[in-house]
Parts: sequence; C-alpha cells; structure tokens
Amino acid sequence: MPSSISQDVAKAGTFKPQRSFADEIYRHVREPFPWLIVIFTAVVGLAPVVMDDVSLRESLLLAAVYVTLASNLNLMIGYAEYVNFGNIVFFGLGGYIGVYLATSWHVNLVLSVLAGGVCVSALAYLFGRGILGLRGAFFALATIGVNEAIHAFVTNFEPWGGATGIYLSMDAYEPLGGPMSGLWFCYYLLVLVMGLSLLLSYAIKTSKFGLGILAIGQNEDAAAVLGVPTPRYKAIIYAISGFLPAVAGGLYFFKSGIIEPNGAFDLTTSIEAIVMIMLGGAGTITGPVIGAFLYEELRGFLLFSETFSHLQLVLAGALLLIIVLFVPGGLLGWLRARLPWLRKWLQ
Amino acid sequence: MTALLQAINLSRRFGGVQAVSELTFTVNQGEILGLIGPNGAGKSTVFNLLNGVIAPDTGQIIFDGKDITGLPPYTVARHGIARAHQIMQPLLGLSVLENCMVGACFGRENMNLADAREAAREVAQSVGLGDRINALAGSLTTAGKKRLEMARALSAHPKLLLLDEVLAGLNPTEIEHMIETIRGIRKGGITILMIEHVMRAIMSLSDRIVVINLGKRLAEGTPREIAENPEVITAYLGDSKLLATAEEGAP
Repeated sequence: MPSSISQDVAKAGTFKPQRSFADEIYRHVREPFPWLIVIFTAVVGLAPVVMDDVSLRESLLLAAVYVTLASNLNLMIGYAEYVNFGNIVFFGLGGYIGVYLATSWHVNLVLSVLAGGVCVSALAYLFGRGILGLRGAFFALATIGVNEAIHAFVTNFEPWGGATGIYLSMDAYEPLGGPMSGLWFCYYLLVLVMGLSLLLSYAIKTSKFGLGILAIGQNEDAAAVLGVPTPRYKAIIYAISGFLPAVAGGLYFFKSGIIEPNGAFDLTTSIEAIVMIMLGGAGTITGPVIGAFLYEELRGFLLFSETFSHLQLVLAGALLLIIVLFVPGGLLGWLRARLPWLRKWLQ
Repeated sequence: MTALLQAINLSRRFGGVQAVSELTFTVNQGEILGLIGPNGAGKSTVFNLLNGVIAPDTGQIIFDGKDITGLPPYTVARHGIARAHQIMQPLLGLSVLENCMVGACFGRENMNLADAREAAREVAQSVGLGDRINALAGSLTTAGKKRLEMARALSAHPKLLLLDEVLAGLNPTEIEHMIETIRGIRKGGITILMIEHVMRAIMSLSDRIVVINLGKRLAEGTPREIAENPEVITAYLGDSKLLATAEEGAP
C-alpha cells in the first residue's frame, strides 16, 4: 500500500470527469423513487374523483396540507437538524398574503398564493440570517417568538381584518367557476403542492446543496471547516422550507373561506407537524408522509371518540415522548434498520 | 523556497490567558513543517487562528499571496487550507464516502457532486479506507476515524493541510501506516503543517520544526537543531527522550 499512496494522491488531484447536466437529470429519472412520488401524488389527486366521494376529498385535502407542512419542516428538523417550533408562521402568513391578494386585489389565485410563497421565503431568508446564529433550544425559542410576533402584528393589522380576519364572499370563487369547482381546483393544487414538497425533499437530498445541509445537521462546526458556507446555507434552507407551506396556506384558507389570526398562527399545528415527522422518521422523505397520514387517522379517531375527545393533544405529546425515547428513527427508521431492501424504495 | 503561508505577529487572548503571543512563522511551499510545544502551549489555537475558526486579536495571515486574516473557516477552506482535527469530528450519520464528498464539494475546487464522488473515492482508497466507503462514519474504529479526518481534508485537494495530532491514540503499526500516508501526501504536492506529540514521528517527518511555549515562538530549525537546542530541552523539562529519539529519527 505505501508505495502506491503518492501516485494515488497525485492522481486524485488531477482527476476531472466530465458530466453534463442532462446526465444528472437522467440519473434521477432512472431512480425509482421520484416516480413513486409522482404515482403517489396522482393517486391521491384522483382518488376522490374516481370514488366520487367528497368526504374522502376533505380528508385527503387535510392530509395533503399535513404532508406539505411535515415534509418541508423536515428540511429543517431532519436535514439541517434545527428544530423550528414556529413553522406554522409560514402557513399562516402565506395564507394571509394569498387570500388578501386574491380577494381584495382580485389577483389570479395561483399568482396570489405564489406571491405569498415568495414573500414568506424572502422574509424567512432575512430572519434566518439573524436567528440562525442561535443553536439548539435558543433557536427553537426564537422561532416561537417569530410566530407570536407575527401573530400579534396580524391581529392588529386592520387591512387584514385585525382579530376577526378576512371572510370570503361567494363572489371570490367566481373566477374559478363557482364554489363547487373552486373547491376541486384548490384540492388539485394542494395535492400538487404536496407532490412538489416531496420532490423538493428528494431533489435537495440528492444535491450538493443538500450534502452541505446534511453536513450542517451532523456537525455544524466541522461542516464549516470543510468549507460549507453555513450561515448562507442555513438561511437558504430556512427560506426554502417556508415556500410551499406558504403556498399551501393560501390555498387552504382560500378554500376554507375564512382566515383569522388564531387559526392561522396556531402553535398546536406546529407541534403536530413535529409529531408527524418524528412518528414517520426524521430526515427521510417518506417518513413525514407516513407520519402525516397516521397522525390524521389518529387525530380523527381521538376527536370523535367520547373518551378521548379532549385528550388529543395530551396523547400527541405522550406519543412524541415515546417516539423520542424509544424509536428515535421513527417508523421508517425502524423499518429501514430491519429491512435493508426497503431502502431503495422508501428513502 | 517560496512561502505558502505567513503568520505575522499573531496574538490571541482568552480572558486572562494570552494563548498566542506575537507569533511569527512561515510555511514554505512543499515542505512538512512541524509545530511542537508542551501541553497548553497554544498549538491548537494557532490552527484555529490559521483556518478561521477564531479570529486573531492582532496580526496577519497571508496565504498564497492573499490576506486571509479574519475570514470565516468556510472561506479559508475555499482558499485551499484543509484541516484534520485532533478530536475527530466525523459526520457520524453520513457514510465514509459522503464525508469525503463534503470535503471535495466545498473545498478548494468547488466540485460538483459527480466529480466529488470520484475524487472522494480515490482519496478514501489512497488513505486505506477503500473497503469501508459505504460504512457509516460512526461505525469506524479510532484509527479509521483518524484516517477519515485525513481523507476528508485531502478530498478538497488543498494546497495546505493542517494535521492536528493525527497520530495520537494509534498503536505502533497504525502509526507506521499513517507516517507513510503523510509522506505520500507530501509527495503528491501538498504542503503540510502538523502538530504532533509523537516525537519520533515528527522528528523523522518534518523538514523544519517550530517550537512554541506559552504562546510564543521558542525556537525554529531542522529537527536536529531543535533537539539540541537547550531552551527547547528546558521547556520539555525531564523529557530527555527528546534528544535520544531525535538522533535515531533525524534524516
């Protein structure tokens, strides 16, 4: 071995393979996983149409919102390992901007919600440069502070209806062909946003940027010494993790017909999203999906059960404790550790 | 001999402790420079100053003709300084290959992912981790983690490699392997600045040695000059083995 070392090191220094961008894309298209995401999204999108079931649509719509929240929050918690307790602020603020533009300014719904996403991401980037210097519990506390501050601001912001919020009249749905088709339109878009969230998680995980983010999650100081521009990368992932939740917020509240501060900036939902991630498996792409669906089932069961209807959050908290203590890898981490062949399919 | 790195009058104080005091030294292109000194002399602080983990209170660092004083570590890495830590800092949840890819992607050459994968594989092989490429970094032995520190730093194709006690905690066989690896790296054209407590190793590897004590430069010279320097012997009071090991190890 020793005699070949100098040659190997010298050779490593001159190695320069050529790969085009098209090759990179092709490499992903050959992988089964992105196709699984596309198929899953299509199935969720078409199921209520094929089954002709509106209550199924409502339940899947909520699931799509949950998956979007959990999956994007996973970019922070699972990839960068920064716990963002106030992640719901993206959803709420994006919701307000989207609904406001679509109703008061009569902007096209798609453009409105995209504008909400862009504004929220831009704000998140600026905030991120400030608060991402904090670590661990201090960062988590700061994110709660951001949510509460914006909550308080919106409650006192008259153009957005202050504490009563914004109510949509039936006219708001006219551009979409009336309330009925408007609801379906919002549903399809929310499912699309869910699919894009999953593809985003996949794209980031398999990119150079993602490698830097994973390195930050493992050991931020070591990552910086290796050359990862940590402050910028952290602010970018924070901003990215806000974009699709903000878009989803716009669609969800537009579909609901009302947005008011206590519903939009509810910390409970933030914590529920964390439970979903931990339940399914932090840092994986499929984990937050499984977690979101399981949690929605559980929540539905608890809300309608006579014994537990007031204990939903208590049980969510207990569940989080049990997972963190005994199954820190979540359901997917547990499965992947036992069934290695699953890894290619459930990333 | 051209200078690759110049540290000029570096000082850094932590509260009441003057960790580094008006330290000046030069690392020449292509050499192995040893940095030695008793425990607490400020050696690791010097490394922290050089690669930007902490900023000096006063003084200047010139690397490859550019002033890099006070730049953050990730910018310093981009300029071509890589570091293997004394206390290994593997990215435990990533594989050996991925660890090296981080070095390659974000180091001097700013490689894309595909190039980084190839470069990382070559370097992992060259330091003897070729068969552990897909193992999680957390599953490596101490010697393996030391090699990983080195491989990760090398993957960046740096101009200057800072090695902080990479031999500490290794058994004699592993030390022999590591010494060969370090010689190989230098032959590959990479300049090395190393901190080491294993005297026999540093005496035989280094072209020149800088001795620091209490944050100040105490002496500088070839391994033989250093070993015979009375001030150095006093600083290492009682360590009479220094002279003996230097005589058998010096080139």
